[in-house]
Amino acid sequence: MNMLECTKLTKQYGSLTALDEMDLTLESGKIVGLLGPNGSGKTTLIKIANRLLQPSSGELKIAGEVPNEHTKAIVSYLPDRTYLPEWMKIGELLEFYQDFFEDFDMARAQELLKDLAIPSDRPMKKMSKGTKDKVQLILTMSRRAKVYLLDEPIAGVDPAARDYILRTIIANYEPDALVLISTHLIADVESVLDEAVFLRQGKVILHESIDSIRERTGESVDAYFREVFAC
Amino acid sequence: MKWEFENGRPIYLQMITMLKESIANGTYPPGSRMPSVRDFAIEAGVNPNTVQKAFAELERDGLLHTERTNGRNVTEDQAVLHRLRSSLAEESIDEMLRRLKKLGMNTKEIEELVADRADKNDALEGRPAEGTGEESK
Repeated sequence: MNMLECTKLTKQYGSLTALDEMDLTLESGKIVGLLGPNGSGKTTLIKIANRLLQPSSGELKIAGEVPNEHTKAIVSYLPDRTYLPEWMKIGELLEFYQDFFEDFDMARAQELLKDLAIPSDRPMKKMSKGTKDKVQLILTMSRRAKVYLLDEPIAGVDPAARDYILRTIIANYEPDALVLISTHLIADVESVLDEAVFLRQGKVILHESIDSIRERTGESVDAYFREVFAC
Repeated sequence: MKWEFENGRPIYLQMITMLKESIANGTYPPGSRMPSVRDFAIEAGVNPNTVQKAFAELERDGLLHTERTNGRNVTEDQAVLHRLRSSLAEESIDEMLRRLKKLGMNTKEIEELVADRADKNDALEGRPAEGTGEESK
Protein backbone atom coordinates (compact mmCIF):
# COMPACT_ATOMS: atom_id res chain seq x y z
CA MET A 1 0.00 0.00 0.00
CA ASN A 2 1.22 3.50 -0.84
CA MET A 3 1.67 5.29 2.47
CA LEU A 4 3.34 8.43 1.20
CA GLU A 5 2.94 9.78 -2.30
CA CYS A 6 4.33 13.02 -3.75
CA THR A 7 3.19 14.29 -7.11
CA LYS A 8 5.08 17.23 -8.61
CA LEU A 9 5.56 18.43 -5.04
CA THR A 10 7.11 21.89 -5.05
CA LYS A 11 8.07 24.22 -2.21
CA GLN A 12 9.54 27.64 -2.75
CA TYR A 13 10.90 29.97 -0.10
CA GLY A 14 10.96 33.26 -2.04
CA SER A 15 13.35 32.68 -4.90
CA LEU A 16 14.77 29.49 -3.37
CA THR A 17 13.30 26.20 -4.58
CA ALA A 18 13.51 23.63 -1.78
CA LEU A 19 11.42 20.94 -3.48
CA ASP A 20 11.27 20.91 -7.26
CA GLU A 21 8.32 18.98 -8.78
CA MET A 22 9.26 15.95 -6.69
CA ASP A 23 7.62 12.62 -7.50
CA LEU A 24 8.01 9.89 -4.87
CA THR A 25 5.98 6.88 -3.76
CA LEU A 26 6.78 4.98 -0.57
CA GLU A 27 5.07 1.76 0.52
CA SER A 28 4.10 0.40 3.90
CA GLY A 29 6.27 -2.19 5.61
CA LYS A 30 9.52 -0.54 4.55
CA ILE A 31 12.30 1.32 6.35
CA VAL A 32 13.43 4.00 3.93
CA GLY A 33 16.46 6.29 4.18
CA LEU A 34 15.88 9.84 2.99
CA LEU A 35 19.42 10.71 2.07
CA GLY A 36 20.90 13.90 0.76
CA PRO A 37 23.34 16.68 1.58
CA ASN A 38 22.30 19.68 3.67
CA GLY A 39 19.77 21.80 1.84
CA SER A 40 18.56 19.02 -0.48
CA GLY A 41 14.98 19.25 0.83
CA LYS A 42 14.78 16.44 3.41
CA THR A 43 13.34 18.46 6.29
CA THR A 44 11.03 20.45 3.99
CA LEU A 45 9.51 17.20 2.72
CA ILE A 46 8.98 15.88 6.24
CA LYS A 47 7.47 19.17 7.40
CA ILE A 48 4.98 19.15 4.54
CA ALA A 49 4.03 15.58 5.46
CA ASN A 50 3.27 16.86 8.98
CA ARG A 51 1.37 19.92 7.71
CA LEU A 52 3.90 22.23 9.30
CA LEU A 53 4.43 23.67 5.82
CA GLN A 54 2.15 23.98 2.82
CA PRO A 55 3.37 23.05 -0.65
CA SER A 56 3.71 25.87 -3.22
CA SER A 57 2.29 23.50 -5.84
CA GLY A 58 1.81 19.79 -6.42
CA GLU A 59 0.69 17.53 -3.59
CA LEU A 60 1.75 15.10 -0.92
CA LYS A 61 -0.59 12.40 0.34
CA ILE A 62 -0.38 10.17 3.40
CA ALA A 63 -2.43 6.99 2.99
CA GLY A 64 -4.35 8.75 0.20
CA GLU A 65 -5.10 11.99 2.06
CA VAL A 66 -3.43 15.37 2.05
CA PRO A 67 -2.03 16.04 5.55
CA ASN A 68 -4.91 16.76 7.93
CA GLU A 69 -6.11 15.70 11.37
CA HIS A 70 -6.65 12.10 10.17
CA THR A 71 -3.13 11.75 8.85
CA LYS A 72 -1.72 13.32 12.02
CA ALA A 73 -3.40 10.53 13.96
CA ILE A 74 -1.42 7.90 12.03
CA VAL A 75 1.90 9.74 11.58
CA SER A 76 4.47 9.66 14.37
CA TYR A 77 6.97 12.47 13.91
CA LEU A 78 10.40 13.00 15.42
CA PRO A 79 11.57 16.55 14.64
CA ASP A 80 15.24 17.35 14.22
CA ARG A 81 15.27 19.42 17.41
CA THR A 82 13.97 19.19 20.96
CA TYR A 83 10.36 20.32 21.03
CA LEU A 84 9.08 19.06 24.37
CA PRO A 85 8.43 21.69 27.08
CA GLU A 86 11.47 22.00 29.35
CA TRP A 87 9.45 22.11 32.56
CA MET A 88 7.64 18.82 31.91
CA LYS A 89 8.52 15.70 33.88
CA ILE A 90 8.66 12.22 32.39
CA GLY A 91 5.36 11.21 33.96
CA GLU A 92 3.67 14.35 32.61
CA LEU A 93 5.10 13.78 29.13
CA LEU A 94 3.62 10.29 29.06
CA GLU A 95 0.18 11.63 30.01
CA PHE A 96 0.60 14.42 27.46
CA TYR A 97 1.24 11.88 24.71
CA GLN A 98 -1.60 9.66 25.85
CA ASP A 99 -4.00 12.60 25.71
CA PHE A 100 -2.92 13.60 22.22
CA PHE A 101 -2.53 10.26 20.48
CA GLU A 102 -4.98 7.41 20.49
CA ASP A 103 -2.32 4.99 19.23
CA PHE A 104 0.08 5.75 22.10
CA ASP A 105 1.17 2.59 23.91
CA MET A 106 1.75 3.71 27.51
CA ALA A 107 3.03 0.31 28.67
CA ARG A 108 5.62 0.18 25.93
CA ALA A 109 6.83 3.72 26.67
CA GLN A 110 7.14 2.96 30.38
CA GLU A 111 9.06 -0.22 29.65
CA LEU A 112 11.51 1.62 27.38
CA LEU A 113 11.95 4.47 29.84
CA LYS A 114 12.64 2.01 32.62
CA ASP A 115 15.78 0.92 30.76
CA LEU A 116 17.03 4.51 30.82
CA ALA A 117 16.50 4.70 34.59
CA ILE A 118 15.24 8.30 34.67
CA PRO A 119 13.23 9.24 37.77
CA SER A 120 9.68 10.07 36.68
CA ASP A 121 9.75 13.39 38.56
CA ARG A 122 12.80 14.74 36.72
CA PRO A 123 11.95 17.59 34.37
CA MET A 124 13.31 17.77 30.82
CA LYS A 125 15.53 20.74 31.66
CA LYS A 126 17.49 18.62 34.16
CA MET A 127 18.41 16.05 31.51
CA SER A 128 21.42 15.90 29.24
CA LYS A 129 20.93 16.47 25.51
CA GLY A 130 21.51 12.76 24.88
CA THR A 131 18.84 11.73 27.38
CA LYS A 132 16.34 14.24 25.97
CA ASP A 133 16.93 12.78 22.51
CA LYS A 134 16.26 9.28 23.82
CA VAL A 135 13.09 10.35 25.63
CA GLN A 136 11.81 11.97 22.45
CA LEU A 137 12.60 8.89 20.43
CA ILE A 138 10.83 6.64 22.95
CA LEU A 139 7.69 8.78 22.83
CA THR A 140 7.76 8.74 19.02
CA MET A 141 8.32 4.98 18.73
CA SER A 142 5.74 4.14 21.41
CA ARG A 143 2.93 5.13 19.09
CA ARG A 144 1.48 2.27 17.02
CA ALA A 145 1.56 4.48 13.97
CA LYS A 146 1.24 3.76 10.26
CA VAL A 147 4.00 6.18 9.31
CA TYR A 148 7.08 7.16 11.32
CA LEU A 149 8.86 10.27 10.07
CA LEU A 150 12.22 10.55 11.81
CA ASP A 151 14.17 13.70 10.97
CA GLU A 152 17.91 13.21 11.65
CA PRO A 153 17.47 10.83 14.59
CA ILE A 154 21.19 10.05 14.83
CA ALA A 155 22.75 13.45 14.15
CA GLY A 156 25.36 14.42 16.72
CA VAL A 157 25.16 11.35 18.96
CA ASP A 158 27.97 9.04 20.08
CA PRO A 159 28.23 5.49 18.65
CA ALA A 160 26.63 3.82 21.67
CA ALA A 161 23.64 6.19 21.53
CA ARG A 162 23.39 5.64 17.77
CA ASP A 163 23.13 1.86 18.31
CA TYR A 164 20.53 2.42 21.02
CA ILE A 165 18.48 4.63 18.69
CA LEU A 166 18.62 2.27 15.71
CA ARG A 167 17.76 -0.74 17.85
CA THR A 168 14.88 1.11 19.48
CA ILE A 169 13.51 1.91 16.03
CA ILE A 170 13.83 -1.69 14.78
CA ALA A 171 12.39 -3.11 17.98
CA ASN A 172 9.31 -0.89 18.11
CA TYR A 173 8.01 0.13 14.69
CA GLU A 174 4.83 -1.56 13.56
CA PRO A 175 5.69 -4.18 10.90
CA ASP A 176 3.16 -2.82 8.40
CA ALA A 177 4.22 0.80 8.89
CA LEU A 178 6.42 3.01 6.74
CA VAL A 179 9.52 4.31 8.52
CA LEU A 180 11.24 7.24 6.87
CA ILE A 181 14.63 8.17 8.36
CA SER A 182 16.30 11.32 7.08
CA THR A 183 20.05 11.51 7.53
CA HIS A 184 23.33 12.31 5.91
CA LEU A 185 25.13 9.66 8.00
CA ILE A 186 24.49 6.81 5.59
CA ALA A 187 27.11 4.33 6.78
CA ASP A 188 25.43 4.30 10.19
CA VAL A 189 21.93 3.46 8.99
CA GLU A 190 22.62 1.42 5.88
CA SER A 191 22.11 -2.01 7.45
CA VAL A 192 18.69 -1.13 8.85
CA LEU A 193 17.22 0.25 5.61
CA ASP A 194 15.18 -1.47 2.91
CA GLU A 195 15.42 1.37 0.43
CA ALA A 196 17.35 4.55 -0.18
CA VAL A 197 16.00 7.78 -1.64
CA PHE A 198 18.71 10.20 -2.78
CA LEU A 199 17.65 13.84 -2.85
CA ARG A 200 19.49 16.57 -4.70
CA GLN A 201 18.28 20.13 -4.99
CA GLY A 202 14.71 19.17 -4.22
CA LYS A 203 14.49 16.28 -6.67
CA VAL A 204 14.64 12.50 -6.22
CA ILE A 205 17.66 11.37 -8.21
CA LEU A 206 17.58 7.73 -7.04
CA HIS A 207 15.07 5.44 -5.34
CA GLU A 208 16.32 1.87 -5.08
CA SER A 209 16.61 -1.00 -2.62
CA ILE A 210 19.82 -1.20 -0.58
CA ASP A 211 20.54 -4.74 -1.79
CA SER A 212 20.08 -3.69 -5.39
CA ILE A 213 22.43 -0.69 -5.04
CA ARG A 214 25.08 -2.91 -3.45
CA GLU A 215 24.69 -5.57 -6.12
CA ARG A 216 24.66 -3.11 -9.03
CA THR A 217 27.55 -0.90 -7.92
CA GLY A 218 29.68 -3.35 -5.93
CA GLU A 219 29.91 -0.64 -3.28
CA SER A 220 28.23 0.23 -0.03
CA VAL A 221 25.41 2.75 -0.34
CA ASP A 222 27.60 5.15 1.63
CA ALA A 223 30.46 4.87 -0.90
CA TYR A 224 28.04 5.20 -3.79
CA PHE A 225 26.45 8.27 -2.21
CA ARG A 226 29.87 9.94 -1.91
CA GLU A 227 30.47 9.26 -5.58
CA VAL A 228 27.10 10.63 -6.68
CA PHE A 229 27.42 13.75 -4.55
CA ALA A 230 31.16 14.34 -5.04
CA CYS A 231 31.90 18.03 -5.42
CA MET B 1 27.30 -11.55 18.75
CA LYS B 2 28.81 -8.76 16.68
CA TRP B 3 27.67 -8.51 13.10
CA GLU B 4 29.94 -6.74 10.66
CA PHE B 5 29.12 -6.48 6.99
CA GLU B 6 31.47 -5.84 4.14
CA ASN B 7 30.79 -3.24 1.50
CA GLY B 8 29.44 -3.95 -1.93
CA ARG B 9 27.58 -7.21 -1.30
CA PRO B 10 23.89 -7.40 -0.43
CA ILE B 11 23.54 -7.69 3.33
CA TYR B 12 21.09 -10.61 3.17
CA LEU B 13 23.65 -12.68 1.21
CA GLN B 14 26.29 -11.98 3.84
CA MET B 15 23.79 -12.85 6.52
CA ILE B 16 23.01 -16.19 4.82
CA THR B 17 26.71 -17.06 4.80
CA MET B 18 27.12 -16.11 8.47
CA LEU B 19 24.04 -18.10 9.47
CA LYS B 20 25.19 -21.15 7.52
CA GLU B 21 28.54 -21.02 9.28
CA SER B 22 26.83 -20.67 12.66
CA ILE B 23 24.65 -23.70 11.94
CA ALA B 24 27.59 -25.74 10.61
CA ASN B 25 29.76 -25.02 13.64
CA GLY B 26 26.99 -25.67 16.14
CA THR B 27 26.45 -22.11 17.40
CA TYR B 28 22.85 -22.94 16.51
CA PRO B 29 22.75 -26.68 17.32
CA PRO B 30 20.58 -29.18 15.41
CA GLY B 31 16.96 -28.97 16.53
CA SER B 32 17.46 -25.71 18.44
CA ARG B 33 15.00 -22.90 18.12
CA MET B 34 16.04 -19.79 16.18
CA PRO B 35 15.30 -16.32 17.57
CA SER B 36 12.32 -14.52 16.02
CA VAL B 37 12.94 -12.32 13.00
CA ARG B 38 12.49 -9.18 15.06
CA ASP B 39 14.76 -10.33 17.91
CA PHE B 40 17.39 -11.38 15.44
CA ALA B 41 17.19 -8.05 13.63
CA ILE B 42 17.59 -6.13 16.88
CA GLU B 43 20.59 -8.20 17.91
CA ALA B 44 22.32 -7.93 14.55
CA GLY B 45 21.30 -4.29 14.02
CA VAL B 46 19.75 -4.99 10.62
CA ASN B 47 16.46 -4.55 8.86
CA PRO B 48 13.86 -7.21 9.80
CA ASN B 49 13.00 -7.75 6.12
CA THR B 50 16.65 -8.65 5.50
CA VAL B 51 16.51 -11.27 8.25
CA GLN B 52 13.23 -12.59 6.87
CA LYS B 53 14.81 -12.94 3.43
CA ALA B 54 17.84 -14.79 4.82
CA PHE B 55 15.67 -17.13 6.93
CA ALA B 56 13.47 -17.88 3.90
CA GLU B 57 16.54 -18.83 1.89
CA LEU B 58 17.75 -21.17 4.65
CA GLU B 59 14.30 -22.75 4.76
CA ARG B 60 14.46 -23.40 1.02
CA ASP B 61 17.83 -25.09 1.61
CA GLY B 62 16.27 -27.29 4.29
CA LEU B 63 18.49 -25.88 7.04
CA LEU B 64 15.61 -24.34 8.96
CA HIS B 65 12.03 -25.39 9.19
CA THR B 66 9.04 -23.59 10.58
CA GLU B 67 6.57 -25.31 12.81
CA ARG B 68 3.31 -23.62 13.48
CA THR B 69 3.47 -24.12 17.21
CA ASN B 70 7.16 -24.15 17.83
CA GLY B 71 8.69 -21.32 15.81
CA ARG B 72 11.65 -21.82 13.54
CA ASN B 73 14.11 -24.62 14.23
CA VAL B 74 17.47 -25.77 12.92
CA THR B 75 17.22 -29.04 11.04
CA GLU B 76 18.21 -32.28 12.76
CA ASP B 77 18.78 -34.02 9.43
CA GLN B 78 22.41 -35.13 9.60
CA ALA B 79 22.61 -35.59 5.83
CA VAL B 80 21.60 -31.96 5.27
CA LEU B 81 24.09 -30.74 7.88
CA HIS B 82 26.82 -32.87 6.36
CA ARG B 83 26.11 -31.41 2.91
CA LEU B 84 26.20 -27.91 4.43
CA ARG B 85 29.64 -28.48 5.94
CA SER B 86 30.92 -29.95 2.69
CA SER B 87 29.66 -27.07 0.61
CA LEU B 88 31.10 -24.44 2.99
CA ALA B 89 34.42 -26.30 2.95
CA GLU B 90 34.38 -26.46 -0.84
CA GLU B 91 33.74 -22.72 -1.06
CA SER B 92 36.74 -22.01 1.18
CA ILE B 93 38.96 -24.35 -0.79
CA ASP B 94 37.86 -22.89 -4.12
CA GLU B 95 38.61 -19.42 -2.82
CA MET B 96 42.05 -20.52 -1.64
CA LEU B 97 42.79 -22.22 -4.97
CA ARG B 98 41.82 -19.07 -6.88
CA ARG B 99 44.21 -16.98 -4.84
CA LEU B 100 47.09 -19.44 -5.04
CA LYS B 101 46.68 -19.89 -8.79
CA LYS B 102 46.84 -16.12 -9.09
CA LEU B 103 50.23 -16.35 -7.38
CA GLY B 104 51.29 -18.70 -10.17
CA MET B 105 51.20 -21.99 -8.26
CA ASN B 106 50.11 -25.23 -9.89
CA THR B 107 47.85 -27.88 -8.39
CA LYS B 108 50.70 -30.19 -7.41
CA GLU B 109 52.60 -27.45 -5.57
CA ILE B 110 49.41 -26.45 -3.79
CA GLU B 111 48.69 -30.03 -2.71
CA GLU B 112 52.17 -30.42 -1.25
CA LEU B 113 52.02 -27.10 0.51
CA VAL B 114 48.60 -27.83 2.00
CA ALA B 115 49.77 -31.19 3.33
CA ASP B 116 52.89 -29.57 4.76
CA ARG B 117 50.95 -26.76 6.49
CA ALA B 118 48.39 -29.20 7.85
CA ASP B 119 51.20 -31.22 9.48
CA LYS B 120 52.79 -28.10 10.92
CA ASN B 121 49.49 -26.83 12.28
CA ASP B 122 48.71 -30.21 13.83
CA ALA B 123 52.12 -30.18 15.47
CA LEU B 124 51.51 -26.67 16.83
CA GLU B 125 48.13 -27.61 18.23
CA GLY B 126 49.68 -30.65 19.90
CA ARG B 127 52.15 -28.46 21.78
CA PRO B 128 50.56 -27.58 25.14
CA ALA B 129 52.67 -24.54 26.09
CA GLU B 130 52.30 -22.35 22.99
CA GLY B 131 49.37 -23.86 21.15
CA THR B 132 46.72 -21.14 21.41
CA GLY B 133 44.92 -22.46 18.35
CA GLU B 134 45.41 -19.09 16.67
CA GLU B 135 47.96 -20.41 14.21
CA SER B 136 45.71 -23.16 12.97
CA LYS B 137 43.25 -20.74 11.39
